[in-house]
Amino acid sequence: MSRAVERNVVRKDGAAKAAGTARYVGDLALPGMLHARTVRSSIPCGDITRLRLGFDTSGFTVVDAGDIPGRNVVPLITDDQPCLAVGRVNHAAEPVLLLAHEDRERLLAATVDIEYRPREPVFDAERSDRVFKRVAIAKGDPDEGFRHADVVIEGEYRTGHQEHLYIEPNGMLAVPENGGVTVTGSLQCPYYVHRALTVLLGLPADKVRVVQAETGGGFGGKEEYPSMIAGHACLLALKSGRPVKLVYDRAEDMLATTKRHPSVVRHRTGVTRGGRLTAMAIDVLMDGGAYCTLSPVVLSRGCLHATGPYRCDHVRIDGRVVMTNTPPNGAFRGFGAPQTQFAVEVQMERIAEALGMDPARLREINALRPGDTTATGQVLGDDAAAREVLRSAVARSGYRRKRREYRGTNRGIGLSLFFHGAGFTGSGEVKLQSRASLELTPAGVRVLVASTEIGQGQRTAHAQIVADALGIPYERVEVAAADTARVPDSGPTVASRTTMVVGGLLKECAAEMRKALGGMTPAAYLRAHGPLVVTKQYEPPPGLAWDDDTYRGSAYGSYGWACDVIEVERDPVTEEIRPVKVTSAHEVGKAIFPLGARGQIEGGTAQGLGYALTEEVVMRGGAMANAQLTNYIVPTTLDTPPMDVVLLEKPYAHGPYGAKGLGEMPFDGVAPAVVNAIRSLGIDLREVPATPERVMAAARIRDSRLRPGDHERASARQAGFGIRDSSITLRQRRRTAARKPWTGRR
Amino acid sequence: MTAAYRPIVFTLNGRRVSLRVHPLKRLLDVLREDCGLTGTKEGCGEGECGACTVLVDGRAVNACLVPAAQAAGAKVVTIEGLKGRHPLQRAFAEHGGAQCGICTPGMILAAAALGPRPTMDEVRTGLAGNVCRCTGYEGVYRAIQKQEAGSRKTEGRRQKPEATGRKPGARRRAPNSRIPNPEPRIPMLRRRRT
Repeated sequence: MSRAVERNVVRKDGAAKAAGTARYVGDLALPGMLHARTVRSSIPCGDITRLRLGFDTSGFTVVDAGDIPGRNVVPLITDDQPCLAVGRVNHAAEPVLLLAHEDRERLLAATVDIEYRPREPVFDAERSDRVFKRVAIAKGDPDEGFRHADVVIEGEYRTGHQEHLYIEPNGMLAVPENGGVTVTGSLQCPYYVHRALTVLLGLPADKVRVVQAETGGGFGGKEEYPSMIAGHACLLALKSGRPVKLVYDRAEDMLATTKRHPSVVRHRTGVTRGGRLTAMAIDVLMDGGAYCTLSPVVLSRGCLHATGPYRCDHVRIDGRVVMTNTPPNGAFRGFGAPQTQFAVEVQMERIAEALGMDPARLREINALRPGDTTATGQVLGDDAAAREVLRSAVARSGYRRKRREYRGTNRGIGLSLFFHGAGFTGSGEVKLQSRASLELTPAGVRVLVASTEIGQGQRTAHAQIVADALGIPYERVEVAAADTARVPDSGPTVASRTTMVVGGLLKECAAEMRKALGGMTPAAYLRAHGPLVVTKQYEPPPGLAWDDDTYRGSAYGSYGWACDVIEVERDPVTEEIRPVKVTSAHEVGKAIFPLGARGQIEGGTAQGLGYALTEEVVMRGGAMANAQLTNYIVPTTLDTPPMDVVLLEKPYAHGPYGAKGLGEMPFDGVAPAVVNAIRSLGIDLREVPATPERVMAAARIRDSRLRPGDHERASARQAGFGIRDSSITLRQRRRTAARKPWTGRR
Repeated sequence: MTAAYRPIVFTLNGRRVSLRVHPLKRLLDVLREDCGLTGTKEGCGEGECGACTVLVDGRAVNACLVPAAQAAGAKVVTIEGLKGRHPLQRAFAEHGGAQCGICTPGMILAAAALGPRPTMDEVRTGLAGNVCRCTGYEGVYRAIQKQEAGSRKTEGRRQKPEATGRKPGARRRAPNSRIPNPEPRIPMLRRRRT
């Protein structure tokens, strides 16, 4: 029998999706169902002074905060976010009132007048004094490290909001039944929604049932906000006693739901003339929006990836995430790591420019290797593969040759080296206590997990792992719907943990079940012994220790490693930057479902290209001004270049078949590779998205004979005259001036 | 109330239908609500994402931009009309063309409008009005390429060559003429796993 793992099996959900028979929440309808609508605040900060319904309320169900039977919160890390605003609103598009009616036309025509006493909003994260969370990481003695530096380079890097833009907008269908409520919807984390509903509705756990409908993309955007929408749908359903469907349209989804945290990251790096990092001081600021949501963990992951995949003995990282009067920012593929790795990878490029060194060589010198320690003191295992992915992508793309050839043209090439820790940060996986089950069926076995299929291939990868561990054909493994009435809490479908952590639990379940079967067929076992269910709970791998207070220890069980080389072309008239080729090498431990792994890399890369180039959330008065696809530009076929993807495998001892997490990593390195490609054109850009306006405004050297790096040396000269934004100290100026330019020798 | 409208008659997936709906009701809603065909999806409601793509007289159009009255007398094909048997459907399921699946019905219909052997330029232009957030389009291209191989045997399925798939709501910009497309053909053949 052929193994399922590593084979491109037919994905479990493929046929139904291609046939159009897969049922998403918008496709569901029940007799007597009401449609629902959320009335939202129109100002970013203020007190509600008067609320008046401007319509005939016959046939309407109207819900305000007074109808909440339990606690008026969306419970998460801190319970600061109300499910419905009372008195005070803290951001535009904050939910205030809920309406439901059978007739959608009447529902949409209903008007509600809200009067406010406005307060002064805070929009600038750098001026906000309300801090949700601080993170401090220290290793060695940075002062000592800077003393050993020949060159000290400083820089400030900025990233903007990003909208997930899953093609299926958020939605929930709530049905009051059995003295409780059942909610079916578009979501990533059934048990997050389940917990939120028990708190909001004051119901016991067994009276709340959460079922995932087919979900049209998540990317983190359906991690925490679905708890809010489910709460709204349930409040209306319980008050009306009828099924209630609440599906957002695109504009509402873009206006109201979470986005990627904008960031400002400042670097000060000491480096020897030979290119060795001696000290890194990093300051990370993230804009959390109006409520805390998952911001502390986003900041934490951002800080833990802030050094990039580089070895440095003296590191200081200080991070903070602050409140602003904008819709809350939340989980988004990469979860803080894209922001900080953008900063460090552009900083590395500038270091290479200042030293006159090949950027790939600089990275090779400093790349983390097995046995090296990270900023938190974690000793890396044999599966650390930074140098392998770097060499692979550099060789395969022809990076060095093209860098020479493109000089003086409108084509640029840039690279980024990056890593991503899989699973929850630090002790998170231990606290989750995830469980997974396998249930014997007459034909084979059924996977019972709360992990959700959101396009990434969860059902397929889990079935492959189980099939091989149990020694049965892939086709005989079925995967149950993520339904809290049937499946145990396997933790959320986030943090690149579904294959590595939950898949690992399933492999253990399968091994135990195989022992129990003792060679019998499932049907024979069921006849002889009756039903068989095996459940396993997460246990941390040995030697994995983490201290939440000091930020020392093993931040993640394993890291994936990757390198992107991206070529761009600049339109000399419009300053538009178009990506023309991507080469991407990813080390994933083991590709359980190679086609799916490739799909994650290609899709994450495309999403990263949008982040790097076109996806600009324009905030005006604290609200997204371009909340529509017409002018929030995500990559289409015409914006997405050919991608050459290389999968490398250095198995992780504690992942199923050696698998590591993958889903988020492909996103992390795209923006810096694009910006570094733009830098190779002599354009000093340090911010994304790299819109034509930003490219046009960026500093540059007009003389086309200047080579990449020349503008760094020029700004070093300017530093002597006290020109602002000097990036290199005088000491370095003397030393770099004495150096011959790097000759391109390997 | 609906009885007040004059019937709109068109061919839907090969069958004649007659509906009394508001003439300005979106074809998308007519298909999903009045005909019960939910395979056609709504992603944006403004003709940008292409999730609601259907074929009207062989041309790919965004059903969210078409008023019901405009379908009168036309042949409308939705994803259900392909009955799960079109070579593209199998190819999308097997070669990474579908991930979350919400764009897939529209993507398949837009690809079907290109005929069985489109060039890479035709694919890129023809699918430019169909946004996919999961695949980076590479899986979609692979699926279309595999379909090409499969459908040679079923030549009878070939679409009308003049159906170019250009939509009324087709996306904003043509490829920049100053920048030659470096990959005139589908490049997947050269891919290999190392």
